[in-house]
Amino acid sequence: MKGDRIFEQASRMFAILLVVIVASIGFLLLKESLPAIRKFGWQFPFSSIWDPVAEVFGAWPFLYGTIVSSILALVIALPLSLGIAIFLAELAPPYLKAPVAFLTELLAAIPSVIYGLWGLFFLVPWLRTSVEPFLIKHFGFLPFFKGPPYGIGMLAAGLILAIMILPIISSISREVLQAVPNHQREAALALGATRWEATRMAVLRYGKAGLLGAVFLGLGRALGETMAVTMLIGNRPEVSLSLLAPGHTMASVIANEFAEASGPMHLSALMGVGLALFGTTMVVNAGARFLVWKVSGGRGEVRE
Amino acid sequence: MMGRDTLRKWVNRWMLALTFASALIAMVPLFLIFFHILSHGIGAINLDFFTEMPKPVGETGGGFANAIAGSLVLLALACSVGLPIGIFGGIYLAEYGGRKTGEVVRFFSDLLNGTPSIVVGMFCYAILVKPMKHFSAAAGGAALGIIMIPTVLSTTETMLKMVPRSLREGALALGLPYWKTMSSIVLKSARAGILTGVLLAIARVAGETAPLLFTALGNQFWSLSLKEPIAALPLQIFTFAISPYEDWHNQAWAGATVLILMVLCLNVVSRFFMKNKLARGRS
Repeated sequence: MKGDRIFEQASRMFAILLVVIVASIGFLLLKESLPAIRKFGWQFPFSSIWDPVAEVFGAWPFLYGTIVSSILALVIALPLSLGIAIFLAELAPPYLKAPVAFLTELLAAIPSVIYGLWGLFFLVPWLRTSVEPFLIKHFGFLPFFKGPPYGIGMLAAGLILAIMILPIISSISREVLQAVPNHQREAALALGATRWEATRMAVLRYGKAGLLGAVFLGLGRALGETMAVTMLIGNRPEVSLSLLAPGHTMASVIANEFAEASGPMHLSALMGVGLALFGTTMVVNAGARFLVWKVSGGRGEVRE
Repeated sequence: MMGRDTLRKWVNRWMLALTFASALIAMVPLFLIFFHILSHGIGAINLDFFTEMPKPVGETGGGFANAIAGSLVLLALACSVGLPIGIFGGIYLAEYGGRKTGEVVRFFSDLLNGTPSIVVGMFCYAILVKPMKHFSAAAGGAALGIIMIPTVLSTTETMLKMVPRSLREGALALGLPYWKTMSSIVLKSARAGILTGVLLAIARVAGETAPLLFTALGNQFWSLSLKEPIAALPLQIFTFAISPYEDWHNQAWAGATVLILMVLCLNVVSRFFMKNKLARGRS
């Protein structure tokens, strides 16, 4: 029938439009960044000189900042979110389960710019006056805690990112743990394992791939997070081992410089940074999907 | 052997306590953020905030009227871009998507979901701002619309799949053509569910700032034109927060309060609907 065909064609058209949009995001970023890639070649990702005035662009400080801030966020958020997931999936009494799960998920609903605002006026002063002086005094011999306590910097960005990715990792880990069949737990408990031993050996080990997927999804979010990081990281294109020093990430340099780019080459270099960001998050997310999908037995039940 | 068992019990108790502690620790930033935002923001909110334009530096008072109006315009635009693609795409996946094509569309939708929002902003800059040589509300709305798609699409698909087969079969048996069955029976019974997806998507993009930085750009003046740069609530919060002026900071807190309350309401309402729907779908 005619109406049926039109309806089917229309819905197919919109579905294909989605595919076209995503594909052209990648294509356009590549096209726009070609001038910079041609000019700087392999130096582009590995050189640390970013000088819009001299039109010399190397993206290493941003790659470095993105990697370090994301890893820092993971290191802080992972144990906490695993703890929450275990608590919610294995231990919590029903009357605690729903409210705790709801509250952690609320963290995911807060807009990034509000994290930035809060970070700027509360997290940063707290870091500057209490945490960083403490770190410098007691751990200052380590290269990670050298330099003056600015407050703003890699540590602040990593902390705010940790708070932001915590709800993602914990809610997906919880779903992974809940998908672990009960006989795993029962078998371990029947062999005389304590609750914790059963969780560690029978549940966590069983859900390993899915948990890794959850971590990847969290990482994917951390890599592309823009506003909060832009407001807290200090926006200085320098590579420093110290977590107290200001830095820059791929997303933050785009946020800072794109609207006021000084010329076509600057714009093209920023597009190149965007392409790298797009590519990285794509790989990380595809890996995460694959891992989570493997655990859910290909039913695709565990989704964000 | 006794000692080892005591140790095991002790470790057990400690690890379990630690998982509880981590749940508590995660609550700390949540409550701190709410406490700080609300305690600073509530005092700064008054009627002027909703009806006045931002005042120049040095003058006290003023409000976010342009940003609130701008955000509404942007959200309406985003819906007009994102909803057709999301809803029809979801219909396609639920009704027509064969294994292969369905998987491809789903994969791309997941990809888009994981794409940083600032990258979507760059895309809209390249296809809309650059050819028009002008930052514009249209470009900002398009960026937000694209970001909405994956959420709308996946909830629409889930909700349509939850509609019982018998309902479709009944309608088809009565001689209704398929498209009419879809539009007036199936879609209607999945309406509430699809609406929650739409609300969730709106809640997500209402706070988006990064994709607007170089599409909508922001505007200190009143403008509702789609061809001009337009103000937006999150964008103005950002500009005011990083400014060095105390007055502007207060305004930023007020803006943050309005934004956070709006986003939370949308979230809570849609989650509540979703839970009801899912519970009913399962039973």
